[in-house]
Amino acid sequence: MAEEVKLIRTWSSPFALRIVWALKLKGIEFETVLEDLASKSPLLLQSNPVHKKVPVLVHNGKPVSESLVILEYIEETWKEKPLLPEDPYEKASSRFWAKFSDEKLLPSVWTVFISQGNKQEEALVPALENLQFIEEQLEGKKFFGGEKIGLLDLAIGWMADMVSVLEEVTGLKLIQEDKFPLLSAWIEIFADVPEIKESGAPREKLISKFQAIRDAYAATK
Amino acid sequence: MSDHVVLLDSYPSMFGMRVRIALAEKGIEYEYKEEDLSNKSPLLLKMNPVHKKIPVLIHNGRPVCESLVEVQYIDEVWKDKSPLLPSQPYQRAQARFWADYVDKKIYDAVRNIWTTKGEEQETAKKELIDYLKVLEGELGDKPYFGGESFGFVDIALLPFSTWFYAYESLCNFSIEAKCPILIAWVNRCKEKETVSKSLADPHKVYEYLLGIKKKFGI
Repeated sequence: MAEEVKLIRTWSSPFALRIVWALKLKGIEFETVLEDLASKSPLLLQSNPVHKKVPVLVHNGKPVSESLVILEYIEETWKEKPLLPEDPYEKASSRFWAKFSDEKLLPSVWTVFISQGNKQEEALVPALENLQFIEEQLEGKKFFGGEKIGLLDLAIGWMADMVSVLEEVTGLKLIQEDKFPLLSAWIEIFADVPEIKESGAPREKLISKFQAIRDAYAATK
Repeated sequence: MSDHVVLLDSYPSMFGMRVRIALAEKGIEYEYKEEDLSNKSPLLLKMNPVHKKIPVLIHNGRPVCESLVEVQYIDEVWKDKSPLLPSQPYQRAQARFWADYVDKKIYDAVRNIWTTKGEEQETAKKELIDYLKVLEGELGDKPYFGGESFGFVDIALLPFSTWFYAYESLCNFSIEAKCPILIAWVNRCKEKETVSKSLADPHKVYEYLLGIKKKFGI
């Protein structure tokens, strides 16, 4: 049976980008449906009525939502080129850190970049602490997945281009090489993987977008 | 090799109850350690340095943290009995989606109920009922969220029901009146011994909540 795989996403969503990476790494052909979140399509509303958010993977007409759920679905449906280890303990570790990335790391890093002055100083404390936890996970490893890219690399992959864009917009270097040598090295090799390199959103466009968000935030204070 | 399993937990914790249910479903023998959350043990701080929270499952000395990660781990290690997740990828994705919904929506909604007053509290009550109704819709006329068998989403949501009596008493409303199908599902699940022995007593939960409110002046 011919597979039909559609990915409903926006051009800039880092959560959607994870899915692009996973599909490409597994060699799965798919069609992209670009959404304008200011004017959500009937397809999106029908496919994700609960959250009405992207990304949504639609496989042979059946939708799957929530990026980490989608990643596990992809892993279990297309078993070649596995992204998760076989061992339940290692799997649990990947899931734990993927959750940490979404619930703690990303929000704390984001807060640093949209804050100004004293608030930014305060926001740095938890962000640096969270980055240190992640740095330690790379001990003795090339990727978070070990020798090869794994699910956790995809989950944390937003750091690879988003952080440098945010650093440029704010002039604040968050991931300093002397403080986070392993993370800095990982960002470079991750970004260099062909499937990752060819998938990023246009950098200039990202810079404009984040500049606008930061300005809007500053204007409300 | 015999397994050594320890659970660091706190009696009224909804998250701890999830793991207790999973362990009971699989018939796993384990050592239960009650944590005093106002005075966390060195063991807890060592086993969960990132979040310093319970529950923590320690299997042959190695810790697993975050309740839904622990439930999946239990399902994958003790895979020969009582599967907690469905076998097909699409059904598994649906189960993970709805368990994630419980985590994202229900916990904050209930927390807002007992930590606020007046209009804010009314909003929180309404939000909780709205989210519970979405879950009721998903349950439909199935006996359990997974269909004929008790599973992952049931485990994710059930423990919150032990706190309903506390919220209803504090805030003067009835969840059963608004969500009868859900309460029927709770009662159906409680007929299973693995569930009834793992859930906290709602009256004890209410006393615990009153204690917390008093202690922190909420």
